[in-house]
Amino acid sequence: MNVVLIFSVLILIAIAIWQVTKIFELSQVKKASTQVANDNDNDWNGKLMFAFLIFIYGITIFSFWSYGDVLLPKAASEHGYDYDNLMWITFAIIFFVQTVTQALLHYFSYKYRGEKNKKALFYSDNEKLEMIWTIIPVFVLAGLILYGLYTWTDIMNIEENDEALVVELYAQQFNWKARYSGDDGVLGDANVRFLEDFEGKNLVGIDATDPNGFDDIVVQELHLPVGREAIFKMRSQDVLHSAYMPFFRAQMNCVPGMITEFAFTPNITTEQMRLDPDIVSKVKKINKIRAKKSKELLASGDVALDPYEFDFLLLCNKICGASHYNMQMKIIVESPEDYDKWISEQQTFAEVIQ
Amino acid sequence: MSIEAVHLEEDHGHHHKETFVTKYIFSQDHKMISKQYLITGLFMGIIGIAMSLLFRLQLSWPEQPFGIFEVLLGKWAPDGVMDPNVYLALVTIHGTIMVFFVLTAGLSGTFSNLLIPLQIGARDMASGLLNMISFWLFFLSSVIMVMSLFVEAGPAAAGWTIYPPLSALPQAQPGSGTGMTLWLVSMAIFIASSLLGSLNYIVTVINLRTKGMSMTRLPLTIWAFFVTAIIGVVSFPVLLSAALLLIMDRSFGTSFFLSDIFIQGEVLHYQGGSPVLYEHLFWFLGHPEVYIVLLPALGITSEIIATNARKPIFGYRAMIASILAIAFLSTIVWGHHMFISGMNPFLGSVFTFTTLLIAIPSAVKAFNYITTLWKGNLQLNPAMLFSIGLVSTFISGGLTGIILGDSTLDINVHDTYFVVAHFHLVMGISALYGLFAGVYHWFPKMFRRMMNKNLGYVHFWVTAVCAYGVFFPMHFIGMAGLPRRYYTNTAFPYFDDLADINVLITVFALVAGAAQIVFLYNFIHSMFYGKETVQNPWRSNTLEWTAPIEHFHGNWEGEIPHVHRWAYDYSKPGYKEDFIPQHIPLKKGEEELQH
Repeated sequence: MNVVLIFSVLILIAIAIWQVTKIFELSQVKKASTQVANDNDNDWNGKLMFAFLIFIYGITIFSFWSYGDVLLPKAASEHGYDYDNLMWITFAIIFFVQTVTQALLHYFSYKYRGEKNKKALFYSDNEKLEMIWTIIPVFVLAGLILYGLYTWTDIMNIEENDEALVVELYAQQFNWKARYSGDDGVLGDANVRFLEDFEGKNLVGIDATDPNGFDDIVVQELHLPVGREAIFKMRSQDVLHSAYMPFFRAQMNCVPGMITEFAFTPNITTEQMRLDPDIVSKVKKINKIRAKKSKELLASGDVALDPYEFDFLLLCNKICGASHYNMQMKIIVESPEDYDKWISEQQTFAEVIQ
Repeated sequence: MSIEAVHLEEDHGHHHKETFVTKYIFSQDHKMISKQYLITGLFMGIIGIAMSLLFRLQLSWPEQPFGIFEVLLGKWAPDGVMDPNVYLALVTIHGTIMVFFVLTAGLSGTFSNLLIPLQIGARDMASGLLNMISFWLFFLSSVIMVMSLFVEAGPAAAGWTIYPPLSALPQAQPGSGTGMTLWLVSMAIFIASSLLGSLNYIVTVINLRTKGMSMTRLPLTIWAFFVTAIIGVVSFPVLLSAALLLIMDRSFGTSFFLSDIFIQGEVLHYQGGSPVLYEHLFWFLGHPEVYIVLLPALGITSEIIATNARKPIFGYRAMIASILAIAFLSTIVWGHHMFISGMNPFLGSVFTFTTLLIAIPSAVKAFNYITTLWKGNLQLNPAMLFSIGLVSTFISGGLTGIILGDSTLDINVHDTYFVVAHFHLVMGISALYGLFAGVYHWFPKMFRRMMNKNLGYVHFWVTAVCAYGVFFPMHFIGMAGLPRRYYTNTAFPYFDDLADINVLITVFALVAGAAQIVFLYNFIHSMFYGKETVQNPWRSNTLEWTAPIEHFHGNWEGEIPHVHRWAYDYSKPGYKEDFIPQHIPLKKGEEELQH
């Protein structure tokens, strides 16, 4: 039935277009019926070019007005400030260039729309001008490259130290686990070969012959003490995954067969974040949407949606299979005291395999 | 050059007796082959675009069952609800088809074939036979790719980049079974086709230029096709080796890309391979591929903008230099797709540096186009509109590349919708505009009839508005942190407030899709019933318009015209007409300009 419907709609559209063309053709019988643009075409298309410039500006303003609040959520890590700074500087430059070049392009298309008796200016070269628009990008880009590389080295230069918390992020289809190194501060050796040991209780494949592993703690929820550097060692047991933590401006792929690294220092706790005015208004907005949807769901006999409460998230950001879209882990940033209390309540590997 | 000229003279006037099969099917005539490429490419384009509309519907109304899903996807969408694996398959095949089959073969294949011999003044490609084989390999690979849509477990679904282990292990997802095998076979054949084509283009441009057609008199279209072919020859073999190694891993138990894997409750035997190696090999082609797609579109734009502005292209030599610079840089920037892949961060710094350098020749190109319009006498034909549109999307999309090419900024927007918005504007939409511009402009040369301009205008304006409508807001949801390739965003309440943006995007996408029906109608209708063309409808300088309207194998009756000037003598002072074709000799005392 649907097929018939779709095809009949397509046929109707085709007929409509055919009719419109016929009308166009009939109305142009007296003019020279070529399909080359004439002055009239140049005129209205030139004007539309100008209108299009306004459209581009319009959609830019509209997008910033309506969606500006979703751009780049508040950063919650120490390097996040540098990241955001670089982002906004780059953004400002891009925005400026975009505004000017689009204006020139579309204004010229409008201004110099063709007329039958006009002749274009024979103007094929100007080395000075070309020099200018080669040199200016060179300097702007040199600045951006230097600033970018400086920040990059800063973020990616990970130094092992006693202060830092070492955490393993362990990815599999389709969930995340975290492993803490325990009292000794060293993660025990691990490999997927050991996953089958201890009747499946060895969740991330810790090597039971390595004494460093016994005090390791494997959990399904990531807790981080605020103000302390966290060094992440990432592993995957099956396919590529990517540990994406947008609030912390952090992302690194998890690659089977190798250990990748990323580090950041969270500087805002979950509780503080929930009180942040931007987050409060966002949560309010989301809950309004959810309440509306819940009403519809209830009306059709379904279960209502839970109200939303803010939490930091770890998302999978590398296509990994059917449930890629739902591979997530909650991150809780808390005071060092709360963190110590929480970690002391968790079972160590030695306890789990007993 | 005289040797070639002699060789060509010998050929002249050869009218083979042509049967239906040798004329329309196994043709060795570059003009017929170009039409074959175009029509196959358009057909694949319909499939690719239709798929994108399906997954946009799913993304915007994830809970909603759609009758059309059930009709088109059958058992993969029971009761009209799309299966997550199928969503990934649609995304994957959409990307593959659009990048390789439409914008590489459909664009480059069509216009390199049509224009190289006609614009350099040659009777055909250097090897008509290779050219024919190249097309038929492409056709075969298209058939296999389409066939893969019908296998039991579904087509490849690991993303168009098919990163292993996801693509290597049938246990990881259903699409990595037969569907992936067919994908790899299809791509291997596609690469063979592309290599044969590219070699032919290179040899033809180097050897078969007519008398007087020096490299610095070549139209920029030919420069673009020539350099594109060189990039293709350099980088496509690397993808072939990646594909072959992946086939080995999948079918013969080698461990090039796989190591330490535990899946579906069992430890696999693979040891010592690395998926990062695959990423390097893939992007060694993957990034140049962006320019394989884009450069021909820019070449076409250069030609059409100059012709329709009735002005010489501004900075001809700078344009050539920037094509060469882009081509060179394109082969040493692939690592910017891998900043967070686990490769050494120092390598990331190097790739940031080389990547941002590309902005310089790109800026030169953009400014040169804009200056070409300045004080022109713009003939706003549909082809011209699409060319101006291309410059616009090339700028909008290119600028966000400065964010993505910066390793630091990439951390947080990598693999989000920001990337999707960026590359769709800069290579997807721009290259499609190049394709459309080329079709409107050279349709008379291909089919001896004109396309309807009013339908062309409708097509352009609706597409132009919708393209920005789709991709501009998409930057915002990317900056908000929404990852791409999610079957639905409802698993994260945090993204609930992005749902209405997604709906807006989908509405624009649907309208844009409908506008392409206007184009298809115009294309097919004009092929049979369009207005008959005159020999040089756009009053253009290049040699293809000196060839007779009627097609025959050999292009010119009698001698091939000799070339006396560059291709951009538009509105030259001292002439009454505002164009002087390349074969018109210089007047006494006239200075040849070719900057």
